[in-house]
Amino acid sequence: MNLSVQIGNLTMPNPVTVASGTFGYGVEYARLLDLNQLGAVVVKGIRLNPVRGHPTPRTAEVTSGLLNAIGLQGPGVDGFIRKYWPFLKALKVPTIVNIWGTTVEEYAEVARRFDALGGIGALELNVSCPNLKEGGAQFGTDVKLLSQVVAACRQATKLPLITKLSPNVPNIAPYAKAAEAAGSDALSVTNSFPAMAIDIETRRPKLANVTGGLTGPCIKPIAVKLVWEAAKAVKIPIIGMGGIQNAADAIEFMMAGATAVAVGTANFYEPQTALNVIAGIREFMERHGISEARQLTGSLQIAK
Amino acid sequence: MFEQTAQIVANERAAGPYFRLVMRAPAIAPRVQPGQFVHVRVLPMKEALLRRPFSIFQVAGDTLSILFKTIGQGTEALARMGAGEELSLLGPLGHGFTLPRSDGEIPLLVAGGYGMAAMYLLAQRSPRKGIVFVGGRQRVDILCEPEFRALGWEVRVTTEDGSHGEKGLVTQALLAELRPHAAGRKLFACGPTPMLQAVGKIADEFNLPAELSLDEHMGCGLGVCLACVIPIKTSDGWEYQRTCSEGPVFDARDIAWEACL
Repeated sequence: MNLSVQIGNLTMPNPVTVASGTFGYGVEYARLLDLNQLGAVVVKGIRLNPVRGHPTPRTAEVTSGLLNAIGLQGPGVDGFIRKYWPFLKALKVPTIVNIWGTTVEEYAEVARRFDALGGIGALELNVSCPNLKEGGAQFGTDVKLLSQVVAACRQATKLPLITKLSPNVPNIAPYAKAAEAAGSDALSVTNSFPAMAIDIETRRPKLANVTGGLTGPCIKPIAVKLVWEAAKAVKIPIIGMGGIQNAADAIEFMMAGATAVAVGTANFYEPQTALNVIAGIREFMERHGISEARQLTGSLQIAK
Repeated sequence: MFEQTAQIVANERAAGPYFRLVMRAPAIAPRVQPGQFVHVRVLPMKEALLRRPFSIFQVAGDTLSILFKTIGQGTEALARMGAGEELSLLGPLGHGFTLPRSDGEIPLLVAGGYGMAAMYLLAQRSPRKGIVFVGGRQRVDILCEPEFRALGWEVRVTTEDGSHGEKGLVTQALLAELRPHAAGRKLFACGPTPMLQAVGKIADEFNLPAELSLDEHMGCGLGVCLACVIPIKTSDGWEYQRTCSEGPVFDARDIAWEACL
């Protein structure tokens, strides 16, 4: 049985990774699970300089989901390289670094820095964080800006580029196509959904940032549809994500067109989820006589 | 730190809305340090995803207990569970209290309501006995007073309505003690944030060391989601640190209260 999949020229030993921002920098989970069994480790978003993040409360639990407005707190490129890279580069599985900026130039500069570092598996371009006034979503909801960001990063590095698309667009196809045309090797679909919750007793928003991004099992059916639509629009591989809790969820994404999947919010409450998903995909393939994980991709059948 | 399925040994109402839950957790219980917590997944609660953090109250052999108040859907679901049922635990988590030394300062513990539970192991394992100040709104909020007395600690109770102990705030009782006898004391506190802030101010005023156990909305408990941050002073201002990892216990002097607002 072959579980490995290709994301550009990056080979993942199996199709299961983790969503940026839900797995820290990997090291936090090292005592709970064997990171080398993952398909890849995706780290929290990094921009050039350290970021303090938003005030608290930063999260609010909602029915079958989680709202967050963390504000991409992070150590910056230098802090990441100093604090976390020595641990990550010793892993056998690839590290995918999620990067962002407030300008096209900053994205390209961060891409250049990681290209020069060597040893990174791929870069994921976060053009879809809903919680920032500048940077993030503005690049993901404007086809022209999206193309510029991807093209600038393409010029800055030979590393595989994975563009993480925003769900907050009327039709995802033109964004998927724009990223592909500008040189993206793959897509991540999808980021969190802009949302809010209110404490009716205090009449205050549950998040200090007022609005945040919704993740968790409640978004899964919407995310599956977005993957399906994006997959029809492009030839490059897609990493599907949004509320995956088990192998069945992951296989849905793959059948909709995802080559790989990422476990996100479930890492917060069930740290073994990604490993359970890998075991469950293997079991499903055995049961259905499937020899290659990539045969699952796009295997959805729609009766005519 | 371990993830393990823990079987409930007992889950009993202590008083009013408070419950005392004992679990068998052989990987976690023997490793608990005072002030640490467990992150509990209430398995029957399907639509509320996150784990709930609870300070560890007592440890005995391979069991540990927590004291909790029913305040929301998580704790209400937990209150309905009984002996033999299972919970998923992550723990022991967090950076706890510094154990007093036999030749060190006299420990003064300051607890608000069920914050007292978080300080039991500290009192039990401290080689030097001191005084516990505990405050609550009314009699029912004063928990585990007999347990602290059984350890040989003096307990001073205050309630806001005067239904038990002295009428007033726990910090007033603390001040009454410190005015004549402040030298050589160290404060340890767990309770609501305004109380902790007041204790921090008192420590400052009397120039005493103080360790405070803070509470913030928590997500993963593993230092990953960055939900539970509080502002901590740095050489050039402040930065957010995680109550689940760098905390929940912080040195009072390090907290940048002005940035909390």
